[in-house]
Amino acid sequence: MSELTLFLIRMAFLAILWIFVLSAISVIRSDMFGARVPETARNGAPAPGRKGKAAAKAPRKPRRGAPTHLLVVEGENPGTRAELADAPLLIGRGSDAAIKLDDDYVSTRHARVAASGDEWFVEDLGSTNGTYVGPVRITQPTTIGLGVQVRVGKTILELRK
Amino acid sequence: MSQTGTLMGFVHRRRRGAELFLLVLALMVGIGAYAAVGLGVEGVVPADLVGYGGWLTALIVAAHITVRIVAPYADPVLLPLVAALNGLGLAVIRRLDLTYEAIGLDQHTFARQQLIWMTLGVILFIATLVLLRDHRVLQRFTYTAGLIGIFLLILPFLPLVGREINGARIWINVAGFSFQPGEVAKVLLVIAFAGYLVLHRDALALAGRRVVFIDLPRGRDLGPILAMFGVSMMILVLQNDLGSSLLFFGLFLAMLYVATERPGWLVVGGLLFGAGALAAYTFVGNVQNRFNFWLHPMDHYEDTPGSYQLVEALFGQGWGGLIGRGFGNGFPERVPFAYSDFIISTVGEELGLAAIMAVILCYGLIVERALRIALISRDGFGKLLAVGLGAIVALQVFVVVGGVTGLIPLTGLTTPFLSYGGSSLVANWVIVALLLRVSDQARRPAPRLDPGDDAGADSESTQVVKLR
Repeated sequence: MSELTLFLIRMAFLAILWIFVLSAISVIRSDMFGARVPETARNGAPAPGRKGKAAAKAPRKPRRGAPTHLLVVEGENPGTRAELADAPLLIGRGSDAAIKLDDDYVSTRHARVAASGDEWFVEDLGSTNGTYVGPVRITQPTTIGLGVQVRVGKTILELRK
Repeated sequence: MSQTGTLMGFVHRRRRGAELFLLVLALMVGIGAYAAVGLGVEGVVPADLVGYGGWLTALIVAAHITVRIVAPYADPVLLPLVAALNGLGLAVIRRLDLTYEAIGLDQHTFARQQLIWMTLGVILFIATLVLLRDHRVLQRFTYTAGLIGIFLLILPFLPLVGREINGARIWINVAGFSFQPGEVAKVLLVIAFAGYLVLHRDALALAGRRVVFIDLPRGRDLGPILAMFGVSMMILVLQNDLGSSLLFFGLFLAMLYVATERPGWLVVGGLLFGAGALAAYTFVGNVQNRFNFWLHPMDHYEDTPGSYQLVEALFGQGWGGLIGRGFGNGFPERVPFAYSDFIISTVGEELGLAAIMAVILCYGLIVERALRIALISRDGFGKLLAVGLGAIVALQVFVVVGGVTGLIPLTGLTTPFLSYGGSSLVANWVIVALLLRVSDQARRPAPRLDPGDDAGADSESTQVVKLR
């Protein structure tokens, strides 16, 4: 095998190696910024691959239509509501909360309700007394469906159509 | 942090297509290297190229399909990086095998054994991803993992199974297979540290007395983890395994720092390390030698024990230059253990600085992805786990590559994925599986808050409610 051939093989291999490394970097580059999905597409298109996790986390009722608002069903301020179109919704005693509660057992920034794909999630924001979906105190964002009771302090909220 | 708004609005894509594309490139690196070895050393394309390439492809495709099914949102770059490094390592080991065979050494089947170990590693990778659907389950086994980890570290001391190879008592021999239980122990200890620190980090960071500049935590908070750490350090020192003790020390420090957010730990750790190193230098002859070889390698070339190995490695890397001599045109066989600890010097000699840089960049990317996973992970345990696993790779690469290139005194460790060494390879594949599992959880679309923002906001906005 001639010197030149070996040299070309070596250079070709180094080229492949560096093409690989640079492609990996370019994937990371676009990966860091992700894709901004428009709001309409998010609510319309179902996001597969998450079903199993969601089913395990919260009891979900069969969906007959998308929920439109979040309603306080029990507690100090029954009837208070917030439109889901304004999501993400902040729940708490603070003045910046979308649902402002006068409940002593609720933290200033207690929990948040936000959408992902066609599903709604409630997430505890490190509140003192915790956020419960059904009887379970949640530790991570948890899917909620229509009519699932979310308890913060002495207040119970639900997603309604 | 100010990015909360942007982070909320953004959904991670799955990017499995990108992963597949990178995997194809990674396979080209691995199989291309194997072909280049054949062409360079023997002058012909290796006869078993199709079989070898097919086997490698099958392993990688199996791993990729598993990721697609059970961890669809996992990080797309980690698996290709690992595949490329492993493929390159196999080819370089194969290259050494050919020379060892030519000069009549007994042991010249390292590449085949490495391929078997890689197969086992990929099987364990798949098993980890399939069986472990949620990394938080591991948090339940905090103390179990710690105890098993320490037990594994002690194992080489036991009379029947333990074996001493090359002056370090870190091997066990089961059914004809040699295995370094310490490699598995490090993964278990990361799990134990992460599980413990996530529960006790507030107490560690906030409760306690201030002495001079440092807030000392209370004994009952620090005690268990210090015991776990102390025992493993002691065992490693008794085993005469400098590299691993360095690795564990750095790992422990990094995790403590990340968990408590106290830079003071780094100062304390640095001082402790300095004191430990000084003590080791004064009392352990071996350590003194290592320092001398590092500072004056040429003076000890002909001594036994001497710096022969390091000097030959440095000569090799210098002879390789910028683009290397090409496979088959160097003399990597002059370096003892060129296939394991010193594999970087073989890469440097035959592929040059260009390839060493690419390899180090690959490791850098693995560590970057691990830290990125820690940043976006939503639960504290996942964050600490990712940081710990990333720190293992980072420290290991730094210690061994730094040692081989003469940056720091040499301590024996394997280069992750590249070096010959079954236990290390298998453990590293499991590390990657765990990282992918955490990243899958972290990147799944769900409303997410920036953790830094949360921590800052909690302190001012969460109130103590009336306690009756």
